Amino acid sequence: MENNPRHFRTMDIVYLLMMILPVVAGIILKILTYPQSEGIAISGARVFFTIKMPLQDLPITESQINSWIVMISVTGLCLYLTHGIKVKADTKRQHIAEWIVENAEKLVIGNMGEFFLGFAPFVASILALSAFSSLLSLFGLYAPTSDINITAGWAILVFILITYYKMKCGPLMYLKSFGDPVKFLAPLNIISEIATPISMAFRHYGNVLSGAVISVLLATGLQGLSSKLLGGLPGFLGEFPLLQIGIPAVLSIYFDVFSGCLQAYIFAMLTMLYVSGGFPAEEYFRRKASDKQTV
Amino acid sequence: MLELAIGIILGSCALGAGIAMIAGIGPGIGEGNAVAKACEAIGRQPECKGNVTTTMLMGCAIAETTGLYALVIAILLIFVAPGRLVDILMSTIG
Repeated sequence: MENNPRHFRTMDIVYLLMMILPVVAGIILKILTYPQSEGIAISGARVFFTIKMPLQDLPITESQINSWIVMISVTGLCLYLTHGIKVKADTKRQHIAEWIVENAEKLVIGNMGEFFLGFAPFVASILALSAFSSLLSLFGLYAPTSDINITAGWAILVFILITYYKMKCGPLMYLKSFGDPVKFLAPLNIISEIATPISMAFRHYGNVLSGAVISVLLATGLQGLSSKLLGGLPGFLGEFPLLQIGIPAVLSIYFDVFSGCLQAYIFAMLTMLYVSGGFPAEEYFRRKASDKQTV
Repeated sequence: MLELAIGIILGSCALGAGIAMIAGIGPGIGEGNAVAKACEAIGRQPECKGNVTTTMLMGCAIAETTGLYALVIAILLIFVAPGRLVDILMSTIG
């Protein structure tokens, strides 16, 4: 393969811009459309505009736009890491890409087994999307994961996957699994089946949202305190936000960085556990083996 | 009279949110137990620190779920319910 460093450098810049520009565009959009309000208010995702649909109107909200920003940025990051890769790794970014892929496969094999190796890209993309969505609040943008609609969408996707893998041995086997271990526990099993996506969605959304609410409450409280402390001073000094320097950042490290990454990890982990746990592995492999023998 | 009705709605919503957050006790105790046991386990076998920590964080996150249900209900009661209830009151009065 011909090595053309100049071509690679221009592609590098294109992909880096693809990573950075959506976030910048989101910040500019927020600055331009943010409504003037008194003090700090806690509100949900703002609706930019509504599209008329036959059954129900489709509102385009801040969380949808921000999750598209994250998707484009993550795609840019992946393209930046993987373009022009060679059989023998010689660039730093190829080493990073290989490290990510190897770790994703190791995580999937460790938690789901060899059969589910094809799940590695899905799990890695859920992990990246969720983590970067939560980290978006570091830029002052609305984190898409603090909207229940986004996390509920992911949870429904995972629920469909779980049901698909439970159906692998036929619908009869799926229905029989509800009568396990005793027949009369079937209603409880159905409830716990429905509770899986609900609890996954609420866990992720509640953790991120509670962090956002506590951060806003603390910022408001510190604003009041510092205006009480310095209110008597004349001019600029009277409005100086003394206590708001540094203290909210400590909470932000926990709520935005640690909690966001932890919730992403837990969401991916639960996806893996539920999918591999619902799959009737013994029955499936037994049937596969008997099929091979008859053929 | 209308002020009294709206006051009762707002006060009941605030009280309900406060009572809902009593559920925070459960996850607190549960997670405390989990972390205590994890500390014991690491003290006994320091070489399993990584595994014990990841399992503990998973368990903590799952134990947290009931608390988060209460949190969601409290947030709905504070930010969503009063507006809805006042709207209903206004539409019934006309």
